[in-house]
Amino acid sequence: MSTVSVKEPLMHIVKRDDNSLWRNVYIRVIAVVCSLIVCAFIIFGLTGMNPLAVYGGIWNGAVGTTRRMWVTFRDAAILLCVGLAITPAFKMRFWNIGAEGQVLVGALATAGMMITFPQLPPALLYTVSLLAGVMAGMIWGAIPAIFKANWNTNETLFTLMLNYIAMQLVTFCIIFWENPKGSNSVGLINKGTKEGWLPSILDNGYILPIIIVLVIAALMFIYMRYSKQGYEISVVGESENTAHYAGINVKRVIIRTMMISGGIAGLAGFLLVSGVGHTISTSVANNRGFTAIIVAWLGKLNPFFMLIVAFLLVFMEKGSSQIATQFGLNENASEIMTGIILFFVLGCEFFINYRIEFRGKRHEEVKA
Amino acid sequence: MQQQHAIEMRGITKHFGLVVANENVELTVRKGEILSILGENGSGKTSLMNMLAGIYFPDAGQITIDGREVVIRSPKDAFDLGIGMIHQHFKLVDVLTAAENIILGLPGKLRLNMKTVEADIRKLTDKYGFEIDLTRKIYEMSVSQKQTVEIVKMLYRGANILILDEPTAVLTPQETDKLFDVLRNMRNQGHSIIIITHKLTEVLSLSDRVAVLRKGESIGTVDTKDATEMSLTEMMVGKKVVLDIDRPDPVNPVSRLQVDGVTCIDREGRKVLDDATFDARSGEILGIAGIAGSGQKELLEAIAGLRPMTGGVITYIDEKGKSRVLSRMNASAIRELGVRLAFVPEDRLGMGLVASMGMTDNMMLRTYRGGRSFFRQRKQPRSLAQQIMEDLEVITPNIEWPVGRMSGGNVQKVLVGREISSAPQVLMVAYPVRGLDINSSHAIYRLLNQQKKLGVTVICVGEDLDVLLALCDRIMVLAGGKVSGIVDGRTAKKEEVGLLMTSDQYEQQSAKEETIA
Repeated sequence: MSTVSVKEPLMHIVKRDDNSLWRNVYIRVIAVVCSLIVCAFIIFGLTGMNPLAVYGGIWNGAVGTTRRMWVTFRDAAILLCVGLAITPAFKMRFWNIGAEGQVLVGALATAGMMITFPQLPPALLYTVSLLAGVMAGMIWGAIPAIFKANWNTNETLFTLMLNYIAMQLVTFCIIFWENPKGSNSVGLINKGTKEGWLPSILDNGYILPIIIVLVIAALMFIYMRYSKQGYEISVVGESENTAHYAGINVKRVIIRTMMISGGIAGLAGFLLVSGVGHTISTSVANNRGFTAIIVAWLGKLNPFFMLIVAFLLVFMEKGSSQIATQFGLNENASEIMTGIILFFVLGCEFFINYRIEFRGKRHEEVKA
Repeated sequence: MQQQHAIEMRGITKHFGLVVANENVELTVRKGEILSILGENGSGKTSLMNMLAGIYFPDAGQITIDGREVVIRSPKDAFDLGIGMIHQHFKLVDVLTAAENIILGLPGKLRLNMKTVEADIRKLTDKYGFEIDLTRKIYEMSVSQKQTVEIVKMLYRGANILILDEPTAVLTPQETDKLFDVLRNMRNQGHSIIIITHKLTEVLSLSDRVAVLRKGESIGTVDTKDATEMSLTEMMVGKKVVLDIDRPDPVNPVSRLQVDGVTCIDREGRKVLDDATFDARSGEILGIAGIAGSGQKELLEAIAGLRPMTGGVITYIDEKGKSRVLSRMNASAIRELGVRLAFVPEDRLGMGLVASMGMTDNMMLRTYRGGRSFFRQRKQPRSLAQQIMEDLEVITPNIEWPVGRMSGGNVQKVLVGREISSAPQVLMVAYPVRGLDINSSHAIYRLLNQQKKLGVTVICVGEDLDVLLALCDRIMVLAGGKVSGIVDGRTAKKEEVGLLMTSDQYEQQSAKEETIA
């Protein structure tokens, strides 16, 4: 009817309100498939290799053998543990990016106990090193919290700086503990006697850390959801004004929550020394404190979603070392792939929350 | 051809997900008229105007400006078409002067000569009769001065059509009159003005025509001279509403809360509350009037134990005549004392409620600590939420729906409902009907009166003087942090209260004059 050419935007964005679970799952699956297709083109374009063979290599590297599968599971569990550590802090909007340091001091304290008290009965040595690891993490978490609560210091900078201090502490202790002398590394602690090493269950040395982390995940879920303290954390995170209004002691909540956060990170440090590496070095945390932030955010602070994310990240990491050796690809190649997958998975959030309407559709609606 | 319209909107539809903001709305604005847009909360007034201002884009429908069909894709498009919107929250840079704000973002020569710019603006302000100091910084200005800057900014950009979103909500009666004079002036010079408001008296005194929206749909447009408060309300609500506010006589009031010389300072060390002294009685509603930021918020927070005081004493006297000092106690200590102070703060979602949580979780905000269990009880809060939803007709998909996504009126009902459910002895409410429509407002007035009849001491901070004068037994006026007077709500005149509200400014002025002399 109207002959005037109306310049109208090609498309515009409309917010969705009807969040159905299935559509969300379906959008995410499509995102992963799209990312794999894009990766395939990039692999082929850069290296000329068959992308399917490379994907096969990743699969093989991550879960190709029983042993590899268990290692992937265990490492995913430990990454999840660090993610669980930062969950309450992030829920409180306390940006704890110091999980790396909290893991390190936990690992350091555990190693210290194993080196100092090898003669203790096993049960007691486990308890002592576990407590030492958790306490060390708690202290490392409490320091920035106390400063934040009393003097409103910036927790991001504070926790970040504490990472470096933790690293220097480890370097310092290695001087005393180095074995053999002059190697500048600690080597396997209690190599012959395996004192303080987490035991195998059902002849499987990987299961115990996994079970411990799964229990913590369930406890964290219950704590955040059903406890009074979890409720206080949510209120403080939402608005400190509201928390004061509700009569919540905000300082106490901040310090208590960061002690929990640091304590769980310290526990991850205990698992890394007592259950995985049986040694201590500055790289024992291996950037898990930062990767865990991705885990926590992508999992939306929900322990069960975080489990999936942690597994995906570790899966790609293990696969990458495999394709590095098998195809002679630089390990960066798989980092590019992880990046592309994350880009799509994060990007699809947009399509979960919004939909795009094109120009054509509008006119039909108007006519109808 | 008949008189050309400045704006014609036809079949405008806008949905936000499942929420219908506007459905097939028709609206015309003539050249040189003041059109009021009237509607309850959530009736789609602001979203309709946002589509004119280029902030939202309609899902369907056509907009015609000066007889030409247009598409407004951005605020810049709106400017180019001569449409300027003044939002409820001003969009000004605090550290710049009025003149700098007015020219901000406009193209100009490389070298900026503020003198010529100011002369240009001066011509404009003289034409319409604005009073404005162009070299003053925004942060030194009062709300009404900031509003003037916003209006001049729009005119300087060549706006022919001016949209004002609830412009009088923050003004004193005198300032409102001044604003209306300027708006009438602008109309007489040929500008079209659209004004969104809740206040029927203003609609009747100012506008030429009134367009009414209800639930996102246009109900009709009437000439103001044919309309009355009753007829407009009926159009808005869709049924007859009783507009009178009840005011039962207080039953043997006794002094319940004595506030003596309370003083608070802000972070910069300025006195925001200066030597406030009064008493509040049981079974009466004590209104508190004043320009925004005269110390109302600080006073309530000090009583509630949420703000440190630098001086003064607050005493609570219970039913048996036993008095307790509440000052220098925090909120939980007051609660442990057994004094039930209910407080509905001004910032509903930033202080009174947790926006991301549902009704149930919000119900337990002040009571979750009860019991020794490590876990929290959700059963009681859930039934309380259910009860409040039914009793106060809260509209929400379910009681777990985040309160931050409810409309303003429903949020307020949830908050007031929770505070009243604690069976308070003192009930303090700050701006209880701000942003609420007529129906919800009257529901809140009824709740306050109900509490009053139960013998509760009600303290109500308000902004609409007509309402305060109809509802309250006594009205205390704050000006610049000081109590400038306490008047009887039954006999006081609006002008009298208005003068008390600005008494500190006259003092300052006369002090200045004295020093000059």
